[in-house]
Amino acid sequence: MTRVLIIGAGPAGIRAAETLAAAGLNPVVVDEAARAGGQIYRRPPEGFTRTPEKLYGSEAAKARALHATFDRLVAEGKVTHLPQRSVMALHGGTAHVLGETRQEIPYDRLIVATGATDRLAPVPGWQAGGVYSLGAAQIALKAQGVALGRRIVLAGSGPLLTLLATQLVASGAEVAAVLDTAPMRQQVRGGLRMALARPWVTLRGLRLRAALGRRYHAGVTLTGIESDATGPTAMAWRDAKGRDRRTDCDTVGLGWHLRSDGTIADLAGAAFDWDTDFAQWLPRADPLGRAGEGLYLAGDGLRILGADGAELAGRAAATACLQDLGLPHPDPARTLRRLGRMHRFAQGMMQAFPWPAQMVRDLPDTATVCRCEGISAGDLRGTLPLSGPEANRAKSLGRVGMGRCQGRYCQLAGAEIIAAAAGSAPRDVGRLRAQPPARPAPIGAWLNTPAEGEAE
Amino acid sequence: MTGGRLVRLAESARAPVEFIFDGEALTGLEGDTVLTAILLSRRALRDAEFGPEARAGFCLMGACQDCWVWQEGGARLRACSTPLREGMRLRSAPGGTQWPGPPADAERDRSGDSA
Ligand code: FES
Repeated sequence: MTRVLIIGAGPAGIRAAETLAAAGLNPVVVDEAARAGGQIYRRPPEGFTRTPEKLYGSEAAKARALHATFDRLVAEGKVTHLPQRSVMALHGGTAHVLGETRQEIPYDRLIVATGATDRLAPVPGWQAGGVYSLGAAQIALKAQGVALGRRIVLAGSGPLLTLLATQLVASGAEVAAVLDTAPMRQQVRGGLRMALARPWVTLRGLRLRAALGRRYHAGVTLTGIESDATGPTAMAWRDAKGRDRRTDCDTVGLGWHLRSDGTIADLAGAAFDWDTDFAQWLPRADPLGRAGEGLYLAGDGLRILGADGAELAGRAAATACLQDLGLPHPDPARTLRRLGRMHRFAQGMMQAFPWPAQMVRDLPDTATVCRCEGISAGDLRGTLPLSGPEANRAKSLGRVGMGRCQGRYCQLAGAEIIAAAAGSAPRDVGRLRAQPPARPAPIGAWLNTPAEGEAE
Repeated sequence: MTGGRLVRLAESARAPVEFIFDGEALTGLEGDTVLTAILLSRRALRDAEFGPEARAGFCLMGACQDCWVWQEGGARLRACSTPLREGMRLRSAPGGTQWPGPPADAERDRSGDSA
């Protein structure tokens, strides 16, 4: 039987597995989590008691259905689930996987559904311990039932900013302010496009926003995070009218929507293009997700369409795989139509909640760009006369993108700063190439242990 | 400010789990990650290598590697995605001369998040 390996057990990976299993294939799904679900439908550890309604709100039914589908496929032996494992490298049709032990998993076809991480822009002072990504604050709340601090400021832009703020407030956390860098005018323009594509979802977002009341501010410029030895003490910001303001807090959450995590797709040989709507590099693929010989991409790692779009994209990628294998497959026409609508909605969303390009270009020299190794905007600007305006050269000379997050959280800001200095755009700066291992790995894991063969 | 950084909002009816952090006995709950358990009693996980500020994790999804702590045996682990286990002996800094690399044997970079 054809061996199909799926990387990632979020909405896209689960629907891809289901579609393949329905055609009689027995896919292997590798995932880093202990329990399948992905980030947005992440499941708490065994023994936690909050209901899906409590955890996922209006999306509870979708979360339940997705979890149940996957658990049933695994129980029936139609899908092999390899949880708590990271794919570190791909080589000659074999995935090198690290978990409790090292494993080598040969495959004939690969479906990559590795999702996205928060898209971060540096704010002066963001290196303090106690500054988190918005996604981190949501994971803490959902998977652990904790707030990351006693008085929280959330800042950035995008759907998660509002959603997380309302979830935290509803759970009893103190949210001192919700600071959106998107100007209201722009939100209205993008919001109209969103409403045309998905009126109900747009309305739900507006209702959440209204519930935040006076905590919420649009068109904000973030000027700096003040901290002492214990962490943040205040967020300094400028309101839409240009007045300087300050909000006391002990914790800050930051995020500007999402950034597709292309590491594995890159290692698998996908090509990347700058996407103007999404303001980031995205892998090149056909409408169903074909990205190369035997390579298929799905979910937020391909196009940031959110969880509903990821379920569709997972089906689409598996359908393409079945087509290429000459096996019976579902008709993709309806899935493609629905994906088109998701895409129009996402484009409106990107317009409504844009990447804060000017704020990043204006960062003072003293601001940290790379949180991992404490490299400042000034350090990076100082490298450019030597390296020239190319991201990979600036990385090797200036180390921005070389730290242990492997550029996930500084790459886009680094490109913006380089582009500003060169009078160009981030797309001209080039994309940082991924290098194996896809996660920092202990060298001993590779040297001392013989790899196990294919999982059965 | 004294006390921990995190605040429990829900799910507090779980069995206690005892562990040691920097020589002090602390208590978490079954199902806590190492990061959750430490930061309920402490403000930070460790000091930064490249600056004066403390580290307390950043992404909580295994992507940034900000949350490393060490076992007394020397193995490094990712606190945000490692479940707390009874009797764990943890440190905010690696012991001995192994900084910053891991030892050649026992490390297990166990994770608890999606790819
Ligand atoms: S906090 Fe980012 S890897 Fe643990």
